[in-house]
Amino acid sequence: MDLINIILQGVLVGGLYALFAAGLSLIFGVMRLVNIAHGDLIVLAAYIAMEVIRLSGLPPLVALIFVVPVMAAFGYALQRGILNRTLGGDLLPPLLVSFGLSVILQNGLLAVFTADSRKLDAGVLETASVSFGGLSIGLLPALMFATAVAVIAALQFMFYKTALGRAFRATSDDAEIAELMGLDRRRVYAWAMALCLGVVAIAGVFLAIRSNFDPFMGPGRLIFGFEAVIIGGLGNLWGTLAGGVILGVAQGLGAAIDPGWQILAGHVAFLLILAIKPRGLFPRMDG
Amino acid sequence: MMQFTISRATITSRIAGVFALLLLVVLAAAPWWASSSFLHLAGEFAVYLALATLWNLLAGYTGLVSVGQQAYVGLGGYITFSLALFLGVHPLLAIPLAGLVAALVAIPVASLVFRLAGAYFAIGTWVMAEVFRLIAAQATALGGGSGISLPATVTKELGGKWLREASIFWLALALGAGCLALVYLLLRSRIGLALTAIRDSEVASTSLGIRIGRVKHVLYVLVAGLTAMIGALISLQKLRVSPDAAFSVNDWTAFVIFIVVIGGIGTIEGPIIGTIVYFLLREFLADFGTLYLLFLGTLAIVVMLGAPKGLWGYAAERFGWSLFPVGYRIHFKE
Repeated sequence: MDLINIILQGVLVGGLYALFAAGLSLIFGVMRLVNIAHGDLIVLAAYIAMEVIRLSGLPPLVALIFVVPVMAAFGYALQRGILNRTLGGDLLPPLLVSFGLSVILQNGLLAVFTADSRKLDAGVLETASVSFGGLSIGLLPALMFATAVAVIAALQFMFYKTALGRAFRATSDDAEIAELMGLDRRRVYAWAMALCLGVVAIAGVFLAIRSNFDPFMGPGRLIFGFEAVIIGGLGNLWGTLAGGVILGVAQGLGAAIDPGWQILAGHVAFLLILAIKPRGLFPRMDG
Repeated sequence: MMQFTISRATITSRIAGVFALLLLVVLAAAPWWASSSFLHLAGEFAVYLALATLWNLLAGYTGLVSVGQQAYVGLGGYITFSLALFLGVHPLLAIPLAGLVAALVAIPVASLVFRLAGAYFAIGTWVMAEVFRLIAAQATALGGGSGISLPATVTKELGGKWLREASIFWLALALGAGCLALVYLLLRSRIGLALTAIRDSEVASTSLGIRIGRVKHVLYVLVAGLTAMIGALISLQKLRVSPDAAFSVNDWTAFVIFIVVIGGIGTIEGPIIGTIVYFLLREFLADFGTLYLLFLGTLAIVVMLGAPKGLWGYAAERFGWSLFPVGYRIHFKE
């Protein structure tokens, strides 16, 4: 029963990792950009949520009504103002600029909010649970997982059933031909980044409810998201969810053996899958 | 009939070469004329110069952008401490051994991370460094998460205070100058021609018969070994290793990337200029703490967007300077 419980908790945490990963996957799919600052943006969203809550007194999940649009607008501006200038054939500029951005975000948050670790208080939601047959499922982890499924389903729908998704796919396939058809690549990219940071906002708020956060947590979240993307296979959003779940379960099992092995076990699972199936479990796209 | 001669050196480069040798001699004598705080600073300068030169060799010439070189810095330190503590190896002898062991470790690591293309390679190397850090934190014999200091018995093997400081400084100087010389000679050689070709166009260089995969693999392992030697030296400079400091992504990779980007990526001179700029900024702005890092990050972004070839690349293009020429020049005579 213990083992089943550990796996179940791991699966649910996997939902959070899938939320970290979904934006990363979206951006890579549309413009082949790997944003090193992705994790720091998740942390930024958590701090924005904290401020929104402090000013408005809203519960964290309701505060999303403000955090999501703010982050999305920031994403749009970031892409148009900085990141669009780095895109071209060369790999280095986007990578190094987003790396610089990561350092700026970390130290900016440190300067404004100090290094103290914070947490968002979601009240009774944090402790509520339902139990059946000896298993107990926390309401928060369950909600997190359900949100991940809903976000990925929504992204999937957007990608394949809407005009915006068509623009994303066309630009991803061949940006120049897409421009000939009247799409403005810069705007398409900006919308993709806006969408990505909308998802990041949701991930950030759940992160902040679930555990303590501080300005330097970003890189770790980037790595979890990245691992989920690679385990699941590039370009496959449902695969990313599976990747998050595998990562969560591996970490849970590692922690059960020795608390010091929690993160390490996740990395080892990732490296094993990389060794056995370099293209991930459910690949759909070439790197 | 048109006659021509081919030369590799320029007047500037000859002057630079003589100047560099003189500087090396003067610096080698530093333990006799300089204070120990100068030796410390110069040693640190050499460490960053070497790290930047090596990172530039990977990223600037083969497009292998690693965000995980701290894996080898930390590994070098931990191997040195293990050899000195458990096997009684003399700390100075442990440095080349650390390089060798790390290069061996880098072979399987490379075959894993090379499966990730482009930018995902960068994060893959970072994961690797995290794995190394977490394993080091589990090594209770080496102090676990809080690290361990080199015991006085081992420190004594390095001699008295003057000799210890002097020999660590000489080592730093040798590694700094050695890495620079190695990269210069490497780039002038046949492999260098291949590397420059890969830098300019992977597709074209493949069609010319360069085995890109193999060149990258060999280079990655070489750089890993040398980076570990620098890491070994750093651990002796600090006389202490701990997982968070030895595998610090900020200290050993972020700063190094900023140095190379600001100085000029894909040139030999770039890392030198970048290291000078970095140390000047640090001397003047380090008191500002986090604001200093904010400034450094912003500067790197501005340079990357405005002058992607960095300060040196900008100057070289504008004035035709070259301190370390690796190409061939043809001079025509009427």
